Parts: sequence; C-alpha cells; structure tokens
Amino acid sequence: MSAAAARKWRRPPVLIKNDRWRLAIYGGAIVYLILAAASVPVDPARIVVGLDRGWRFVEGFLTPDFISRGNAIWDGLVESLTMTVTSTVVGCLISVPIGIGAARNLAPLPVYLLCRAIITLSRTFQEVIIAIFFVAMFGFGPFAGFLTLSFATIGFLAKLLAEDIEDIDWRQVEAVRATGASWSQVVNYAVQPQVMPRLIGLSLYRLDINFRESAVIGIVGAGGIGATLNTAIDRYEYDSAGAILLLIILIVMAAEYSSSLIRRRLN
Amino acid sequence: MPTVDRGDTRIWTRRTSREEWLRWALLFATVALFVWCWQVMTETTIWAFVWDAPVQAVDIGDRMWPPRWSYIERLWWPLWDTLNIATLGTLLGIVLAVPTAFMAARNTTPSAWLVRPVALFIIVASRSINSLIWALLLVAIIGPGVLAGIIAIGLRSIGFIGKLLYEAIEEVDESQVEAVRATGASPAQIVDYAIVPQILPAFVGISVFRWDINIRESTILGLVGAGGIGLQLQASLNVLAWPQVTLILLCILVTVIVSEWVSAQVRAAVS
Repeated sequence: MSAAAARKWRRPPVLIKNDRWRLAIYGGAIVYLILAAASVPVDPARIVVGLDRGWRFVEGFLTPDFISRGNAIWDGLVESLTMTVTSTVVGCLISVPIGIGAARNLAPLPVYLLCRAIITLSRTFQEVIIAIFFVAMFGFGPFAGFLTLSFATIGFLAKLLAEDIEDIDWRQVEAVRATGASWSQVVNYAVQPQVMPRLIGLSLYRLDINFRESAVIGIVGAGGIGATLNTAIDRYEYDSAGAILLLIILIVMAAEYSSSLIRRRLN
Repeated sequence: MPTVDRGDTRIWTRRTSREEWLRWALLFATVALFVWCWQVMTETTIWAFVWDAPVQAVDIGDRMWPPRWSYIERLWWPLWDTLNIATLGTLLGIVLAVPTAFMAARNTTPSAWLVRPVALFIIVASRSINSLIWALLLVAIIGPGVLAGIIAIGLRSIGFIGKLLYEAIEEVDESQVEAVRATGASPAQIVDYAIVPQILPAFVGISVFRWDINIRESTILGLVGAGGIGLQLQASLNVLAWPQVTLILLCILVTVIVSEWVSAQVRAAVS
C-alpha cells in the first residue's frame, strides 16, 4: 500500500512520445530560434519614430474618410469586383476540364500528368509574381489582374475538384456504365451529381479569395482597389487607407456570410 | 421521378420542368452578370497591348534564359531571411491566435456577448487583409526590413489559425470536459487536461499548414520592402535583370516544394 502511494501519476508527454526525438526536436527548434532571432535587425530609434505614424494610422482606421478620395475608391472597388466576378467565372470554366483530366480514375496517364503539371505550376507561385509577368505582357490595368486571378483559380479549383472526383462512389459510375453510357454520359450522370454541391461551394469560396487577392495585385499594377490603397499609404493618407481597409473587410464579411448561407441551402 | 408525357408514353427526364426553368434562369443571370462585368472591366483596357502579349512573352522568355547561376551567392542570405520571416511570423501568429481562438469558441469564451464578437471581428479582419497589405502598412510605420515582414505574417496568420482552431475547440468531446470537471478541476485545469489534448493534433496540423502558406507569402513581401528574397526580386525587376529573376523564381520554386513536403510529412505524422 505504501509503495503504491509513493507512485505519483505523471502526465505523459502530449505530443512526441519518444524521449530522444522530443529532446532532439525541441533542442533543434531552440537553437534555430536563437539563430533566427539574432539575425533580425531591429532599429529601436526608427520604431519610436514610426510609433507616432502607427498611432495616426489607428486614428485613421477609427475615423475613416470615404469622401475625399471617394472617386478613386469607387473606381478601385468597381475594378476589383468586376475582376473578381469575371476571373472566377472564367477560372471555374477552365478548371472543370482540367480537374476532370487530373483525376486518375477518369483520365488516361498522359492527360493526367499534363493536367497535374498545369495545377502545380499555378499553385507554386504567388498571385503577385504571376501578376508581375502578366502586367509585363498585357500592360497595366485590370485585364492583367483578371488573367492572374483566373490562372490562380485554376490551380486551386482544379486540384480540389480532382481530389473530389477521385473520392467519388465508384458503384454509381459502374451502374451508369452498365446501361451502356458513353464516357461523356458517365461524367454527366454519375460523376457530376456527386461532385456538384462541393464544386459550387468551392467556387463561392474562391470568389471570396479572388476578391481578397484583387486587393493585393494592384500593388504591382494589375488594377483594382490595391492600387488605390497603395497610393493612399504612399501619400500617408491613413484615413483614406482606413476607409479602404474597412470596405475590404466588410465586403469579405458579406461574401463569407452569403456564401455560407448558399452552401447551407445546397446541403 | 420527373417524367414528361408524350402521347401515350411517359419518358424519363432528369429534372422537373420547374428545375429546368430555374437552371436556365440562373445560367442567364450569370452570363448577363459576366458580360456586364467584362464590359466595365475592359473599358480602360488598351487592346493593342493585349494583342501584343505573345510577342512580349517570347521576348521576356528570351531574356530570361539562361538563368544567371552565379547570382546564387547573393541569394543565400535573403533565403535565410525569408525562412525566418515565415517561421517567426507563424510563431507570432500562434501566440496571438491561441487566446483569440479560446475567446471566440462558444464553449470556452468568457463572455458570449462581449468578448466573442470582438474575437470574431479580429479573426475576420486579419483574414480579409492580405499579408502584403499588412506589410505595406508596417513598412510605413516601423520602417523597411525583416521585422515588418515578421509582424505582417503574424497578423495575417491570426485569422487563419484562429478560425480553424476555434472550430476545433467547438468540436471537442464534451464528455471529457465533464469528466475532468467532476474531479473538481479549476477552469484553467479543464482547458489544460480536457480541451488541449483533444485539439493538439489539429493545432499542430493547422500551424504547419499555415507555416507552409507563409513561406509562399514571405517570398513576395520584399516587393514592398519587408525583407526576404522579394527584395532581390524587386531589385532585379527594376533593372530588368531577367536572368536573375529566373534564378530567384527557381529558388522560390525549390523552397516552396521543400516546405510543402515538410508540412505534408508533419501533418501525416500528427493525424
């Protein structure tokens, strides 16, 4: 009895069970953190100077000025929104065939590899980098932004669609095929009904992402509200910048809320 | 089963005629919206530049190849900075996101009327604003450099980690919480012994996933002056040194592929 009382319960390690591994990983992480933190240059004097500016930004955010740059903000918003809609529609239309081609259970190997290569290419690079190239090729303005967002949509949507198609209930495909359906009829009657709700959900989600990204690619000249925001910050007009940021947040909130409503109705 | 009568025979159709009409109406509305948006968007487009694009593309491609391999010497340090921005930024994001997530989750929030809406607003605000915009602001406020990049990544990560984490907290098994509460545990102990063990795998997965995204994002923060390899990219673009741009893009490609692999390995290990 006394021996049992002397044995005290100790909480087992929560994450990495092996003692040596835990020590090695935590030790390595600490060494890395020290090295990394030491290599970050911090200029306290500059930060103190900037704090004042930071406070002005907070003030600008709390007292946003929608009026004095109203026209520029309106133009930027219209560009951003139209870019978002067109690029989502075009991106979705292109990503459906690519997504089908990238599903191993529907497509032959050469088509599969080609489509996967397109998806990887589109996913690797940030929208901003792609935008730099499209601006260099197609000139400044929302058209380059539209192309960038369409291209980025393909990588996102086609990948998720392909994964979804690979997970479908194969018995339905066999049942439709047993009626003598052709390949396109199989896709239309056995695959499409299974993936459609998720595809619509993902498209709405991408609409939301595209709007957020459209606020960024303007910084490199691809049109949209990002260009207006960049100008406002460059001119130290923090009240206009605050107004733009608030508008972005509000639109994203509205988009998220309405897309969750639509998705709930679909399910 | 929807059918149509044609003479004496009933023929199977896929949808009822009501559904059919609704679909056509929806399609029509989408096409109309698309065409309208397209017209508004392309009002200011200079089409001569657009038609000229293939020529430009060939020209840029020509200039970009072959990459200037010797430039790699100058890229090691920016690459290290990029890695630091992503990692330290993710850590900062985690430190700020964990309390926010606990305040936003219905079952752990101290006050559903006062604290929860604030926490949810923080999450939405952080999610809506891209890290590049945060960086743009921070460079103006605290000056250019790696620190601005770290804070920008951290601020953007709050929303992502916070949202996924609070959803995980809301989905915990309540019976375990009750069991720990029955032993007379304090609220802090309930969180520590009943909730944390349940969300830990999800938390590690989410954090590593965000780290992987942050590596991608930190490669471009330099474009607005927030440090990392983007600075070199901007400098090379400014002087039209396309062979250097190619090498930088290759470096980014390799970094992104490695980080994606690491993140996939860790996530497979914890789930």
